[in-house]
Amino acid sequence: MSLEIKSEDGGIIITKMDDLLNWARLSSLWPMSFGIACCAIEMMGSMASTYDLDRFGVFPRPSPRQSDVIIIAGTVTFKMAERIKRLYEQMPEPRYVISMGSCSNCGGPYWQHGYHVVKGVNRIIPVDVYVQGCPPRPESLIGGILELQKKIEKESLLKS
Amino acid sequence: MIEPSQLTEFGKVFIYLVMGVLFVLFTFFLGWIVAVKRPNPEKLSSYECGEEPTGSSWIQFNSRFYVVALIFLLFDVEMVFIFPWTTVFSQESIILAEPRWGWLSLVEMFIFIGVLLIGLVYVWKKGDLNWIKPEYTLPSGPGRIPLSVYSRINDETYVVKGFSINNERTADPVLSGEIKPVAPKPMFRPQFKKP
Repeated sequence: MSLEIKSEDGGIIITKMDDLLNWARLSSLWPMSFGIACCAIEMMGSMASTYDLDRFGVFPRPSPRQSDVIIIAGTVTFKMAERIKRLYEQMPEPRYVISMGSCSNCGGPYWQHGYHVVKGVNRIIPVDVYVQGCPPRPESLIGGILELQKKIEKESLLKS
Repeated sequence: MIEPSQLTEFGKVFIYLVMGVLFVLFTFFLGWIVAVKRPNPEKLSSYECGEEPTGSSWIQFNSRFYVVALIFLLFDVEMVFIFPWTTVFSQESIILAEPRWGWLSLVEMFIFIGVLLIGLVYVWKKGDLNWIKPEYTLPSGPGRIPLSVYSRINDETYVVKGFSINNERTADPVLSGEIKPVAPKPMFRPQFKKP
């Protein structure tokens, strides 16, 4: 969170509007409460008290209207792909996608014979950060969220 | 000398309320300015956990659910009162200070439970505990298979053979020669006319 701070003896902070907006956005990345398979257990674990994702401002929301990021945690079946697409469409911009685990990255163990699995969630929605692992440990997910924060930091909401 | 305040106490509350409303409205206004607005029909459709919303949301619930909720409340309140009562009831310090305390609290609790029991009896008598039971009807249609055929299949008992590893081969009636294998079914064999 390298908000370019010019502090005058503490008290006044001068910064760019873009940086302020980005800082506000990346400090409160609200994911949607959405888990598909076993990766969701790790996701829950990382949101619980041991890893405490809340300290990064990551707090699951019950509705896509309030969420900024959707964590695809699990095997994306063709049946689920339709729903994921709709949920993604229902999220307000700017929206981000974290693909968590091998299954949603590339199909995982179902990459060859899984007739029912979409070989990577990036075939239906654009993915910002891939988190590898089967399932990834909570540290990996936290790393993915930090990567996403770095990505948001470079964006400009006002110019786009 | 202390000058009397221009504001009454209610005036302070009024300012507090107005500032609270303005603060929330200002936050909403900021969000409205900053937010990216790209509406499309898919985004504006109602959220049904990813499902496609169908039908009207103005559906009717069975009014019995309300009765069940009320009856649940009856027992819920009972539990909420009894739990703290047990902690106070068994306190020896109170009983030492006032010997009649134990009997008093016990009688009070019996009266309380009695009132709730009257409510339960009332509900029972009224028939609110009875759920609508489904009625089973035998299907009737133009089928030509009589019911007795079905009942014969259902009543049929099957012989269960004992299993052991040693006499598995010999116990097999087909292999031991007790039952002759069924002749193969007639099947198509290509025939060629010899010249």
